[in-house]
Amino acid sequence: MADFLEIEDVSRHFRNIRAVDHVSLTVRKGEFYSLLGPSGCGKTTLLRMLAGFERPDTGRIRLDGRDITDLPPHKRTVNTIFQNYALLPHLTVRQNIAFGLQVQKKMPRKEIDEAVDRMLSLVQLESQADKKPGLLSGGQKQRVAVGRALILQPQVLLLDEPLAALDLKLRQKMLMELDLIHDQVGITFIYVTHDQGEAMSLSDRIAVMNNGRIEQVGKPAEIYEAPRSSFVAAFIGDTNFFEGQVLELVGDEYSRLNISGFADLVCFNDKKISAGNPVFLSIRPEKFHIGRNRPELSPKHNIVRGRVEDIIYLGGMTKYWVQAEGHKISITRQHSRFFLDEEPIRWNDDVWVWWHADDGFMLERYSEADENLVSLPPDASGTAETAQ
Amino acid sequence: MTGGRKNGEWAVTAPTFVWLTLLFVIPTFLVFTIVFKPSDPYGGIGSGWTLRTLFSLGNPNYPAILWRTAWLSALTTALCLALAVPTGYCMARTDRRFRNTLLLLVIIPFMTSFLVRIFAWKVLLHPEGLIKRGLVLLGLAHSDTSLLYTPGAVLLVMVYTSLPFAILPVFAAAEKFDFHLIEAARDLGATHAGAFFRVFIPGISRALFTSVLVVLIPCLGSYVIPDVVGGPNSEMLGNKIAQRTFSDRNLPHASGLSAILTLAVLIPMVWVVLSQRKRETGGGGSILKDIV
Repeated sequence: MADFLEIEDVSRHFRNIRAVDHVSLTVRKGEFYSLLGPSGCGKTTLLRMLAGFERPDTGRIRLDGRDITDLPPHKRTVNTIFQNYALLPHLTVRQNIAFGLQVQKKMPRKEIDEAVDRMLSLVQLESQADKKPGLLSGGQKQRVAVGRALILQPQVLLLDEPLAALDLKLRQKMLMELDLIHDQVGITFIYVTHDQGEAMSLSDRIAVMNNGRIEQVGKPAEIYEAPRSSFVAAFIGDTNFFEGQVLELVGDEYSRLNISGFADLVCFNDKKISAGNPVFLSIRPEKFHIGRNRPELSPKHNIVRGRVEDIIYLGGMTKYWVQAEGHKISITRQHSRFFLDEEPIRWNDDVWVWWHADDGFMLERYSEADENLVSLPPDASGTAETAQ
Repeated sequence: MTGGRKNGEWAVTAPTFVWLTLLFVIPTFLVFTIVFKPSDPYGGIGSGWTLRTLFSLGNPNYPAILWRTAWLSALTTALCLALAVPTGYCMARTDRRFRNTLLLLVIIPFMTSFLVRIFAWKVLLHPEGLIKRGLVLLGLAHSDTSLLYTPGAVLLVMVYTSLPFAILPVFAAAEKFDFHLIEAARDLGATHAGAFFRVFIPGISRALFTSVLVVLIPCLGSYVIPDVVGGPNSEMLGNKIAQRTFSDRNLPHASGLSAILTLAVLIPMVWVVLSQRKRETGGGGSILKDIV
């Protein structure tokens, strides 16, 4: 499919801060595309440039082949759902939804009324039509914001953290509703969020941003399973980082690693990082296996010995902290049944921890942000918060 | 429960009630009563009751003065709003560091006596004054035309003295106004001007109403400004009331004029507040809550 929205080498500075730093992206028609990153990473500034509220210092933005870089917001066929919804407080729900059609004077009053009625039923607000926004619940406000934007049939709908103001249960419900609306209307959604869960569950593709730059663009599974940088690995989900060095290449796709304390580790090396280079080995907590007896393993497995330091029961899963040769490893295991056949693992048990070579990935150290990740204590380095 | 809450409400509103009764209701009532009293030759109030004053208010000079008072005040209010809205908007949108400086500039005139400022205008507008000579130099005025002692001079100085009172409520509302709403309107296809009039103006409507009241009401009763910079053809009702009180020493007549002024303000205001209350079902309370 042809590129529908093209962002080409766009930058924006505020005083001496580079909010957006030479970003290039392409979004396909009808795609649900997320900009994901910690606060201050430039994702909102990028969105505001798409809406027309900020002018880029450099670069061009093209929509459907047309250069829209210098168009004012009211001339763009792009609409925004704001974080706080920005509903007009002096107008009713009906008037809010009709606002765009009225100011643009595109159609006679009667047609506007009909279009508003259709939109009210799509967002299920017929019964609230004559209320002012101040009397609506958070979820209803959001539906007004969605309706108000969609009635203009924009080519692209921009969503600026639209669920941030809602509580968890409502957020999950609205998440499904947004997904449904996207399927129904089929327009391109650009969704800004700092919540990796939202981005993962909704998006066709995700662009992970950090410090005004794009770290990685890909499908949710690609970003989770094959992060290209240690920032992406840490920001999307939890991970364990081990600092080390490539010893030698084994075959086409594997490398032997030297990580202090661990003997002889094998890891998948699709990036062909050559011997002698410093690397991070990143392994997701759920990729580890843990047991008190040493299992029979194929040569593509790695195994280390450790002692359980902490166990946190989380209902759906259990989290273990294992101390192994000076490394603190975070491990999560799902339990299939409450009464285990074997004796469960307890505090201070000596355990074996093993993983398949394909479940770890090597990342080159190349940015300052990565340095920060390493200097943090190991028990905190795996969580998303530290990346902010 | 309801009883307790009622009592609580009474306790909270009692001071306001006492204050209003002592300083507004009783004096107003007295003014209205004196209209029906005869005047005594020493400038006091005689005994007994009479309708003489009421008939004497039909003086053929009064409608013209009343009309002038009304249009000068209305025009002053309109000009003040027209200046205050863009000023307040710009102040609210300036960087926080400069905002306080701007606010100070608006308030600075208050630090000089009201009278001194009016006399300063007299100097500026004087035939030999800076403004007059400048206008003549630019060919914008004839050297014979008088700037001083005209309704125009009264209007100018009234706008000047009232403007800060109009700006402050607008600024206070604009500062609290959520400018994301303007962005939202722009996003939905409104032009700059469209967003301003459809979103910003309704958003600060209560402040506009406050501005109208705090400018219009003192203007209707203004007396010093027309006295100092105005001439015989720019006399306002306030001058007449002063004249009846100090020169003619006819208190009932002055009370009669005051009563007309009071009713001219009260009746429209009560009407506005009542219609507001009817419109705002669920919107909570009357507009006066913001002002008082």
